[in-house]
Amino acid sequence: MGYLSKILNLVWKDLVIEFRAKEILSVMLIFAILVPIILAFSLNSAQETTENIFPGIIWVALTFSGILGFNRTFLNEKQNDSLLGLMLTPVDRTAIYFAKVIVNFTMMIFTEAVTLPLLFILFDFRFRGSILTLVLVIFLGTLGFTSVSTFLSALSANTRASEILLPIILFPIIIPVIIAAVQSTGIVLVGASIGEIASWIKLLGVYDVIFMAVPFILFEYILEV
Amino acid sequence: MSKKLKGHTFLGWLTFAMIIFALYMALVHAPVERVMGVVQKIFYFHVASAWNAFFAFFVVFVASIIFLKTRNRKWDIIAKVSAEIGVVFTTIVLVSGPIWARSAWNRWWVWEPRLTTTLILWFIYLAYILIRSASIEEDKKGVLAAAFGIIGFLDVPVVFFAIRWWGSLYHPEVVKGSGGGLHPAMFQALIACVVAFTFLYFYFLQKGIFIELSRLRIEKIKEELRAEN
Repeated sequence: MGYLSKILNLVWKDLVIEFRAKEILSVMLIFAILVPIILAFSLNSAQETTENIFPGIIWVALTFSGILGFNRTFLNEKQNDSLLGLMLTPVDRTAIYFAKVIVNFTMMIFTEAVTLPLLFILFDFRFRGSILTLVLVIFLGTLGFTSVSTFLSALSANTRASEILLPIILFPIIIPVIIAAVQSTGIVLVGASIGEIASWIKLLGVYDVIFMAVPFILFEYILEV
Repeated sequence: MSKKLKGHTFLGWLTFAMIIFALYMALVHAPVERVMGVVQKIFYFHVASAWNAFFAFFVVFVASIIFLKTRNRKWDIIAKVSAEIGVVFTTIVLVSGPIWARSAWNRWWVWEPRLTTTLILWFIYLAYILIRSASIEEDKKGVLAAAFGIIGFLDVPVVFFAIRWWGSLYHPEVVKGSGGGLHPAMFQALIACVVAFTFLYFYFLQKGIFIELSRLRIEKIKEELRAEN
C-alpha cells in the first residue's frame, strides 16, 4: 500500500465512525449556529453594523465549533487504547497526522457548507462578491486552522485536562489565521477583486505551509510517548 | 555543591553591581527628555526587559530543539526555566509600556503591532507553562512542551506581520529612526540597561536550573528511601 492509500484508509475509518455515531459533527453544526446567535444578541447587531461585524462572526463561530470538535480527535482514540493500535499499524506516523487533518478538514468544510448559508439568511447579508474567491479564502483559512488544531489536540490529548487546555494553547497560535481570514473575508464579502486581498491570501498560504510542515516533523515526537 | 554556590554568589554580586551602574546611567547620566519628562526613564527598563524576554524565548526555542534531538534532561530544564523568566520579563514589558504610553500617547493601550505581538507572546508562553504544569508523566512533559516551544516561537513572526498589516499606527522608531534618534547619553544608558538585564537573565537562569536540579535530586532520594523501606 502506498503512503496515500494508507492515509485514505485512515480517513475512511474515521469518517465511517463519525457517520455512524454522528457525535462530533452534530455538535459542531449546532454550535456554529448557536455562537452567532449569542453574538447577535451581545453585539446588538443593527442592520448598518452587520456588514462590519459579519466576517468576524463567521470566523468566531467556525473556530469555536472547530475547537469543540477537534478536542475529540485524539481523545476518542484514547478510549480502549485504540491510539496504541493506531500506532502499531505499519504506517508512518505522519500518515496518522495527515489522515486526522483531512478528517477534521472534511468536518469543518461540511460545517461551513451548512452553516454559512444559514448565517447569510439569519443576518440578512447581501453577498456582493465572487463565490470563488470566498471559497478560496475559507479553504485556506480552514486549512491553516485545522492543521495547527489537529497537532495541538494530539498534544493536549496527552494531558488529563485536555479539553480545558486545548483552547488556551490553540488561540494564541491561530491569531494570524483569524486576522487574515477575517480581513480577507470582509473584503471579499463586499465584492472586491482578488488583487485587494492578495497579501492576506499570501499570509494564509505561508501560515498553511509552515504549520503543515512543522507538525509533520514534530508529530512523531508527540505520538511516541 | 558549595563550589557551585560560590559561582552563583559571584554572578549575583556582578549582576547587582551592573544593575546599580545601569540605574545610575538611566536615572542620573541620561538627560531628562524635553517633551515627555521623567516618564521617559521607563524606556530604558522597558526596552531591556523586552530584549530579555525575546532572548529568553529564543533560548526556549533552541533548547527545545536540542532536547528533542539529544533527550538530554539538562536542555529540558533550561527551556523550562527560560520560559518562566521570559514570561516574567514580558509581564514587566506589558506593565511598564502602558504606564509610559499613558503620558506619551495619552492612552493606556493601542493596538499597535509590537504591543499586540508582545501580548500574544505572553499568552503563548503562558500556554507553554500551562502545558508544563498539566498532569502528565515527567518524561512526556518535556517532549510535549518542547514541541509547543518550537511551534510557539515560529508563530511569533507570523503574528507580528499579521498584526502589522492589520493596522499600524503608533510606536516610536527610536533606534532605527534616521533623523531624531537618541541622545548619546541616552543611548549609553540604554546599552548599560540591556547588558545589566542580560546578566540578570543569566543569574535567574542559573538559579532556576539549580532549583530544578535540586528538585530532581530530592525526588531521587525519596525514591531510594521508598525502595529501602
